Amino acid sequence: MRLEPRLETPWVLWLAAPAAAIGASLLIAALLVLWSGADPFGVFGLVIKGALGSQFALFETLTRATPLIFTGLAAAVAFRARLWNIGGEAQFYGGAIMAALLGTGLLPLPAPILIPILLIAGALAGALLLLGPTLMKTRFGVDEVVTTLLLNFIILLLVSFLLEGPLKDPMGMGWPQSRKIIEAAQLPKIIAGKRLHLGFALALAMAALVWFINTRTIHGYEMRAVGFNARAARFAGMKVDLVMVKVALLSGGLAAMAGVSEVIGLKGNLTLDLSPGFGYAGIVVAMLAMLHPLGVVAAAIFVAAMFVGADAMSRQAGVPNYIAHVMVATALLTMVVGMLFTRFRLRWT
Amino acid sequence: MSDVMDGQPGDVVLRLAGISKSFGSLKANDGISFELKRGEVLALLGENGAGKTTLMNILFGHYVADAGEIIAFGRALPPGSPRAALEAGIGMVHQHFTLADNLSVLDNIVLGTESLWSWRSQGGAARQRVAQLAADFGLGVNPDARIADLSVGERQRVEILKALYRNARILILDEPTAVLTPQESEGLFATLEKLVARGLAIIFISHKLHEVLAVSERVLVLRQGRLVGGRETKGATRQDLAELMVGRPIPLPKVEPQAAGTELVRLAQVTIAGSHGRNELQSVDLSLREGEILGIAGVSGNGQATLADLLSGLAAASAGTVTLLGDTIGEADAAAMVRRGVGRIPEDRHAVGLIGDMSITENMIAERYREQPFSRHHLIDWQAARNFSQGIIAGFDVRCPGPHATARLLSGGNMQKLILGREMAGNPKLILAAQPTRGLDIGAVGYVHEQLLAARKRGAGILLISEDLDELLTLSDRIAVIYRGQLSAPMIRADFSVQQIGLMMAGHGFAQHEAGHAA
Repeated sequence: MRLEPRLETPWVLWLAAPAAAIGASLLIAALLVLWSGADPFGVFGLVIKGALGSQFALFETLTRATPLIFTGLAAAVAFRARLWNIGGEAQFYGGAIMAALLGTGLLPLPAPILIPILLIAGALAGALLLLGPTLMKTRFGVDEVVTTLLLNFIILLLVSFLLEGPLKDPMGMGWPQSRKIIEAAQLPKIIAGKRLHLGFALALAMAALVWFINTRTIHGYEMRAVGFNARAARFAGMKVDLVMVKVALLSGGLAAMAGVSEVIGLKGNLTLDLSPGFGYAGIVVAMLAMLHPLGVVAAAIFVAAMFVGADAMSRQAGVPNYIAHVMVATALLTMVVGMLFTRFRLRWT
Repeated sequence: MSDVMDGQPGDVVLRLAGISKSFGSLKANDGISFELKRGEVLALLGENGAGKTTLMNILFGHYVADAGEIIAFGRALPPGSPRAALEAGIGMVHQHFTLADNLSVLDNIVLGTESLWSWRSQGGAARQRVAQLAADFGLGVNPDARIADLSVGERQRVEILKALYRNARILILDEPTAVLTPQESEGLFATLEKLVARGLAIIFISHKLHEVLAVSERVLVLRQGRLVGGRETKGATRQDLAELMVGRPIPLPKVEPQAAGTELVRLAQVTIAGSHGRNELQSVDLSLREGEILGIAGVSGNGQATLADLLSGLAAASAGTVTLLGDTIGEADAAAMVRRGVGRIPEDRHAVGLIGDMSITENMIAERYREQPFSRHHLIDWQAARNFSQGIIAGFDVRCPGPHATARLLSGGNMQKLILGREMAGNPKLILAAQPTRGLDIGAVGYVHEQLLAARKRGAGILLISEDLDELLTLSDRIAVIYRGQLSAPMIRADFSVQQIGLMMAGHGFAQHEAGHAA
């Protein structure tokens, strides 16, 4: 048995990979559910109901998907150019820190001015956090997987320091949290009284923007060219290092917007548990989407639905909500294998 | 090894009967049958894509044929088993060597023939046997040298020794001379003669017609997966074989004498430092004028790539001056080279010339996407880009499904036509052609040569870097030889001598101030 490269990939296969990924993750999860003594169909029913079965559930899923769309786009943009940005978590908190720093009363401005300032300042912070590792990669050949990954822990410690010190909420009863942002800094809700906020719309707009950049502009063209074949891109006259810097700014900025959006759209302040790993989950989302910016939206909603649905299910069925992790993880693994088969075929010899 | 050499000359040692193999709708091999006799060199001739490699992969068990059978020494060979092929006495020397660089020659030869825990104890016997084989067949090589320190010619000898050590009685050589100097090729042919005299049978795969004529007794020609002809080599001419191979008459390129014009590029004492304290280029002087082709001959790895990088804008001189069209060139800047009117045909069309995973259109605008009409205000005009690549596809006879096709799926010849089209579209004053026909079939080679000669005719200066001496002798107005980063003074067309150039390629006449680097 061996792998043979495919000359052409039938379009069906492009759809079959995600379908097989979801199917396999359901199957494996079903076995685990059986093992824990529950009825898989009932459990899946509860997961789906909990994720999509009511207006509340649906909004909750979309709210959870919002940061994942941003971090998913960040990973998709970087990975497309072969910049292995594993630092989504650091960039997320970089954005969140800026939102807490500037949005808690430092800038007493009206909302239409303040909110864009927070988003831009946050994005800049995230962009700078990825710029460092990128320059170290292009200048000195330092592996960005290591530097971006380690930066996650450094920034998390910085957040901890800030929350115990300069940004600590004096009214917080000693909890490590920042002050609440001022009212002018709050992102409006999409529907009054619900948790779903404008950050979701912004995330969709960013997905469309990234798609536009990728397909229509010389910058997206350069990023793809560098990702597919940096040597050939350099030969053709592209400034590969400069392209990498552009990629880093875009990717870091996108991940940071997730942090800003969570602070000013949902939570209202900076805490140490603001992100349950959105930066890392963004990598999963991007891979599930095969790095396509519009696919990122669908993949983010899928992953969010699994988590939201599993939370609801575990409250009723008594199966631990960790099943969501298993499903997302198996979906990722099957997806990676599935993508292999879009480029190769198996031959029995 | 005389024990395995029994039998009479003329005995059939290998018989292929009705071998067919399809990949999708492509018939790579279609009912191929032939016999190989003891003590003969059988040449297998065919263009790229004619099915030579597929056939050999089937013979060696890498592929399973859809139909047909292989009989070696009277016994049917089980399909799909390289081990069975080895045990039946079939040895293969691949075009790209399969040696472990950091092991010694002896280790490489013995590797895989004996179980891991027993061979060391028999190391002495192995050493003796290898020495005997080397002496018998003129395959001298130090058994304790590391592969990484050997020249290409020596590595090939190790590959042959490896096959002989495994008692190969049928030896398949895939394009064995592609990487050798003329003198090294002669040495290889002498070895082959000794091998067949001792009763081996050899399949010699090549597209170099004069070698086929020199070395083989019989020649078989493959075209589009089918055996289209076979004949005794005696009495055949290159023209006969070429026509059989391509299926139509091949016009020889005509180089009309013309006077060279003003100077386009001058290198004065150019040195480029390498990464290990060794200079990639050492005090190189070179001058190229309008309307001439300057050929650079040399064995692969002697600085050709660095010279090409310099004129491609990928490397800068560490010392000396480069003058291009009157301007002194400083830092490496590929885009600036394109703007100055340098057309660059890179050595590696897969990894450097084209971006395999992108479409033809995306590849065609790769050097000019920032200019109108391809983009305006950072937005790409894909319609203009498609029209441009349509023009190249039509103008350069590129066989492809259309401008949207992925570059990776094209044949080597069509890739090269695309690159030619992209470079010629800029109407370049200076053309850098690095190995422009390597790996191409005769038809495509002829096309590339025509294009280069047409460019010469309209006044372009062409620097032709090639390892194919025939190509250089046919096209060049002047030829210089590169050896360990040094460039000889060019000789003019009237003085061309294969013997002389071959000796210079091996280092004769060059200052040896890099004695630290063992050959």
